[in-house]
Amino acid sequence: MNVLVVVEHDRGNLSPASLEALTFARSLGAEVHALTLGAAADAASGALGAYGAAVVHQVHHDLLADYGPEAWGEAVAQAVRALAPEAVVACGTDRGNEVMAQAAARLDLPFAANVTEVEQGDGWSIVRVRWGGSLLERCTLSAATKLVSVALHAVEASEAPAAGAAQPLALELAPSLARTTVVDRVERAAGVTLATAPLVVGGGRGVGSAEAFAPLEELAGSLGGVVGCSRAVTNNGWRNHTDQVGQTGTRIAPDLYIACGISGAIQHWVGAMASKKILAINTDKDANMVTKADYAVIGDLHKVVPAITAEIRRRRSGSS
Amino acid sequence: MRVLVCVKRVPAPGAKINITADGQAVDTAYLAFTTSPHEECAVEAAVQLVEQHGGEATVLTLGPAEAEEQLRYAASVGVGRCVLLPIDAADWDPQRTAGALAAAIREVEAAHGEFDLVLFGNESADSGNFQIGVRVAYALGRPMVNGVKGIEFGPGAVQAKRESDAGVEVYSLPLPAVLGVKEGINLPRYPTMKGRLNAKKVEVAAMAPLAEPGGQQMVTLLQAAEQVSETVILGQGAEAAPAVVDLLEELGLLK
Repeated sequence: MNVLVVVEHDRGNLSPASLEALTFARSLGAEVHALTLGAAADAASGALGAYGAAVVHQVHHDLLADYGPEAWGEAVAQAVRALAPEAVVACGTDRGNEVMAQAAARLDLPFAANVTEVEQGDGWSIVRVRWGGSLLERCTLSAATKLVSVALHAVEASEAPAAGAAQPLALELAPSLARTTVVDRVERAAGVTLATAPLVVGGGRGVGSAEAFAPLEELAGSLGGVVGCSRAVTNNGWRNHTDQVGQTGTRIAPDLYIACGISGAIQHWVGAMASKKILAINTDKDANMVTKADYAVIGDLHKVVPAITAEIRRRRSGSS
Repeated sequence: MRVLVCVKRVPAPGAKINITADGQAVDTAYLAFTTSPHEECAVEAAVQLVEQHGGEATVLTLGPAEAEEQLRYAASVGVGRCVLLPIDAADWDPQRTAGALAAAIREVEAAHGEFDLVLFGNESADSGNFQIGVRVAYALGRPMVNGVKGIEFGPGAVQAKRESDAGVEVYSLPLPAVLGVKEGINLPRYPTMKGRLNAKKVEVAAMAPLAEPGGQQMVTLLQAAEQVSETVILGQGAEAAPAVVDLLEELGLLK
């Protein structure tokens, strides 16, 4: 028996979450196999072996040259029928969960998304993420083949060299599956994004208006960071949704998150909680964001933020 | 065009989510309820599509009788028809939910005609199973793309855009199709006074949901481990600025 890991990649670029999925799969005790869809992923076999894949099943097909939820889901379903693994482990990402949902529908099997722990038995007892990570759920998973995705960062990826032996797997995919493959892509311009920025200055309802974000922009700009915001801000139309940090926005993980005038509702907190350090600036010393932060300044952000920028400028100019 | 939007009633939590003593549900004694955020945007998308292309939008939910509130809210912003699949719980397991929704959609379509587009939210805010829309689409034999942040409806096909790590992906799905919508696709409108009055009068059709339980069953809810941190107060007001910049230096962020 073995566990099959569905490898996530974008035209051959291996997703870091795939290495977490392999690490998680190893903890299940069975031999770990990997499944790569599309010829572009062949080059990843070495890395997959390094993280514990004994065998890498490689599927080549024109319909898998780019991503498509139905083609990928059908390929996983067929691989499950052909290889009969005990369990299938995917990444708890948008793509990973979508592919597993497609495969589960086709196999008529349950699928537990964003799992953090597994206790094996007759059926599995599983812990999975709810509410974007602020609540957990213990559930049972009863099925001949267990389908799960691993919550992002539930485990830290670690190496454990295995053979990584490449084996072609031939599948028949119906041409009609092309109806949901990507037809066009617009590549993002290189640069710091909210998700990857080392410093984020966030603003909440307390900022008060779209214009009042200017001092936050200035502070972020002076430190090579970017500006984020809470859902209250995007709902008020003060900033674009692409700037939203939260359960329904972007998950950030900067070295420092400066949260200005943000109360710290669950919706926002789950997007910010992976920050290494948090500094809250708030007039309310009892605000959730303040009590959960590492550091806080109690005061009006409209006065504190410009004062910080001025102090940075003063020190850089060397005057004292 | 005919568009259906499927929504879920969820609690609107504040700073902390408490669990009931039996561990079976979120303690909602002091909480309001809302439409799950991605689905709120799906409702807005449905209303905008009908404004642009004519036709009618329908909203469907499986949930407790109180979920009628979320249906009427959708009606208050422009959805014409409401369908409730009442159950004696906050929700069902994903396979059962999807089975019941697919059966109900077939029944509604048999009576009123096929939906060109069925919209879901990317995932529900509370249970976050990431699969209901996909399962329903498969049961109906329709193409489905999740995570959609842009919809262009044209003759015979719908174009959907979604964000990925690399940029924006574009899909073109033949109709009828199913899309899972993500927040950010639009800014949901607030109901007008006229909308609120209409919503009070709109008929909510109830249908008995039918589906067998699936293989994933919740046992109990658990609190996530709290990140315990002692907050260091750097100061009050603008006078704290030097202490903040000291911190930036210490963290190596002042280059």
